[in-house]
Amino acid sequence: MKTIEEIQAAIEAAVPGGEVTIVMNPSPAAQHSLLVGAGKAVAVAKFLRDDAELALDFCSNVTGVDWLDREIAEKVKVTKTVTKTVDGVEQQVEETVEETVKRAVPGYLECVYHLYSVAKKHGPVVIRMRTANRSDMVELPSLTPIWRGAEFQEREVFDLYGIVFTGHPDLRRILMWDEFKDHPMRKDYVLPDDFEYEPTPHDDVLKRAEAHRADVAQEGAAQ
Amino acid sequence: MLGEGIIKGLLETARNFVGSYVSKERLTTVQYPEERWEAPEASRTFPFLVYDGDEWLAGLRCTSCQICEKECPPKCIYIEKSADKKPDAVGKMQFYPTRFDIDISVCMSCQICVEVCPFDSIKMDRIFELSTDDRFEGLILDRQKLAKSNSYYHQIHPTEAAEVDAALASERAAAAAKAKAAAEAVAAKAAAAKAAAENAAPAGGGA
Amino acid sequence: MSSWTLQQSTNEHLAGWNRPQVIKPEGDGEVLEVSMGPHHPSTHGVFRMDVKLDGEKVIGLKPVFGYLHRNHEQLGEKLSYLAIMPYTDRLDYFCSLSNNWGYAMAVEKLAGLEVPERADHLRVILAELTRFQNHASWIGFLAQEMGASGTPLMYAFREREKILDLFEELTGSRMMCNYMRFGGCRVDPTAEWLSETRKVVQGLHKFVDEFENLLTGNEILMSRTQGVGVLSHDLAVNASVSGPMARASGVNYDIRKVDHYGIYDRFNFRVPLGEHGDIYDRYMVRVLEIRESLSILEQALKSVPGGPILDPKAKSRGIRPKAGEAYGRIEAPKGELGFYLISDGAGSPYRYRIRPPSFINLTVLEDMCLGHNVADAILILGSVDIVLGEVDR
Repeated sequence: MKTIEEIQAAIEAAVPGGEVTIVMNPSPAAQHSLLVGAGKAVAVAKFLRDDAELALDFCSNVTGVDWLDREIAEKVKVTKTVTKTVDGVEQQVEETVEETVKRAVPGYLECVYHLYSVAKKHGPVVIRMRTANRSDMVELPSLTPIWRGAEFQEREVFDLYGIVFTGHPDLRRILMWDEFKDHPMRKDYVLPDDFEYEPTPHDDVLKRAEAHRADVAQEGAAQ
Repeated sequence: MLGEGIIKGLLETARNFVGSYVSKERLTTVQYPEERWEAPEASRTFPFLVYDGDEWLAGLRCTSCQICEKECPPKCIYIEKSADKKPDAVGKMQFYPTRFDIDISVCMSCQICVEVCPFDSIKMDRIFELSTDDRFEGLILDRQKLAKSNSYYHQIHPTEAAEVDAALASERAAAAAKAKAAAEAVAAKAAAAKAAAENAAPAGGGA
Repeated sequence: MSSWTLQQSTNEHLAGWNRPQVIKPEGDGEVLEVSMGPHHPSTHGVFRMDVKLDGEKVIGLKPVFGYLHRNHEQLGEKLSYLAIMPYTDRLDYFCSLSNNWGYAMAVEKLAGLEVPERADHLRVILAELTRFQNHASWIGFLAQEMGASGTPLMYAFREREKILDLFEELTGSRMMCNYMRFGGCRVDPTAEWLSETRKVVQGLHKFVDEFENLLTGNEILMSRTQGVGVLSHDLAVNASVSGPMARASGVNYDIRKVDHYGIYDRFNFRVPLGEHGDIYDRYMVRVLEIRESLSILEQALKSVPGGPILDPKAKSRGIRPKAGEAYGRIEAPKGELGFYLISDGAGSPYRYRIRPPSFINLTVLEDMCLGHNVADAILILGSVDIVLGEVDR
């Protein structure tokens, strides 16, 4: 099979402006992946499926990943002009100092596809797409028209992560019920406190449920 | 011929039906409450705590290190650590659990706790008739209900218990040898110091 | 009904989408909507199908999931790597040992662990025994759904019992085995266990012959299954259908052959393929597969080497793989079972995802059922071989 760099080059040649970058995987598994821009993702996917050499006709696994907003502390070398007294004379000296710069990286939702080839019996080729942020710009193109196998899995990602797949033929919740509001696989999901509880030796569940009940009773009395 | 396959199949059922009167292979039902089937040695149900000797509280091997509580997948173990220490089987002072509860309505019998226990103190039981009419309290086992003697452990898992005992015995022997060596070293040191003092004293006295 | 709010007619702009065909009701166009399940004995648990009927004919079908959803994946993100292992038993509770293997393999890829020879042999033996008992019981369930009340199922369960006894003797539990560890297995089997296994495997040959006498040539089974629930080769590939389901449609794809995982490439076995893609082919593929499993078992049991069963580098507790990700997959009895793990260097995975074969195989349920009678829809669902513990996770 082609290496990840060759696949990237092939995609760039076939789909200009595909915005394909390689995401290295440092673990011993070394399954590197291709980050595909959302704009041309369907064209890229179509190429991957229909290309005679790659023939990635089997979309094995589709999954979402939630990456929270985070702050990265980086050590940056900064060159500054400093006034110094050298040999009794004041001089303007250029000096390189290492500084720690904190940079806020906005979080995003990611959708990962593991592709294999049934015809050529190779794989996996991993492609990923990222949303712009985690709140209002969570749209990604659906790849269900290319691989029908993504149909239920994309619905699951929509249900559990809240990525909206444009062009999906039937985008409904799949595991949670239709009236459910939140997306339970997100990292900042807060567990509800009014579920049925079993008294366990760990009383925190029980305490939370009781507190919730008291709250509800108070609200009821206030109305 | 149409129906041949069905007749062939019916012959098979007839063979099984008749066979069940002669061959034990073909009739495997055990009439449970009257008849009992001996479970294999490795089978497991719920955890229990092993104690050495006759006193359950004094002989409890658990040092309340709380590893099992952390590793337990459904979080059914609850431990409170003691403030004071008591000597364990080796004679080393150790903490002990003032409270050790397992909620067996939550426990899923995975035996991760047994695997992670560094003191061989928690093991899997084989009793299964644990039904009770008290759904909540009756299914929370406290440390007294959980404590079972080492001889009981030998009775239910003989091979495993023998291995554990051998390992513990060698550990204890090593600890004893180490203690003895340490004591001897201390004694030797004291003797040497004494000898040195004795050697030094006449010289001082002579001056 | 809420699940019908998005009609198929909205899909027409999606060129190239492999969508199920749209059937218009005949005559006066009266359509009956029936909710089959979740409490229905033939849906293998708490599965629901919203079926649109034109008389007896199915003209639309939407599967509804989630009645057994417990957010297994989120549970995994809060537990240590070791503590997830017993939970994998509870995914597809018929094949806990295959699930163990899939998960252990993903962690081994993530942490770079090797599996010793002996453990590899044990894994193959246990996985093939699991496959045998899963397929045998599946055939029993299929016959049950055709109205053969109990007899084939009980014969299958009688043999399954022997295999479960072996599991209990080795792992301590009949179904929730929790046996495999990262870089090997947990308990070393004794020589008696191995010879006992050889004996059981010997006896299973006779059982398969008997079972085939009972069912394969049976005219009722043939007329109920041949030409029913046809799935084409192309749709099977495009819809990511895997396992015996795909092979019955002629898709030559067996992960044991493709990925060469474990030590499968040392054994001689064939991959049975179907021609028509109907239920009868799915039945035959499974029958032939259990015969191949027996052949693998005999080869593996002939040469179980000695030595350790756990990688000396491996530790089960407190494992913290370096940051990175890994996707490990195996050929589980129901299809491709994959585990996708992302580690951020902590003691529990950042992301823990299961690719459940029976869930994804259900994608084509509607395509297979359209145009058939209600009674056939039940049979077609049965032929997919689902376990709800895995479908809903």
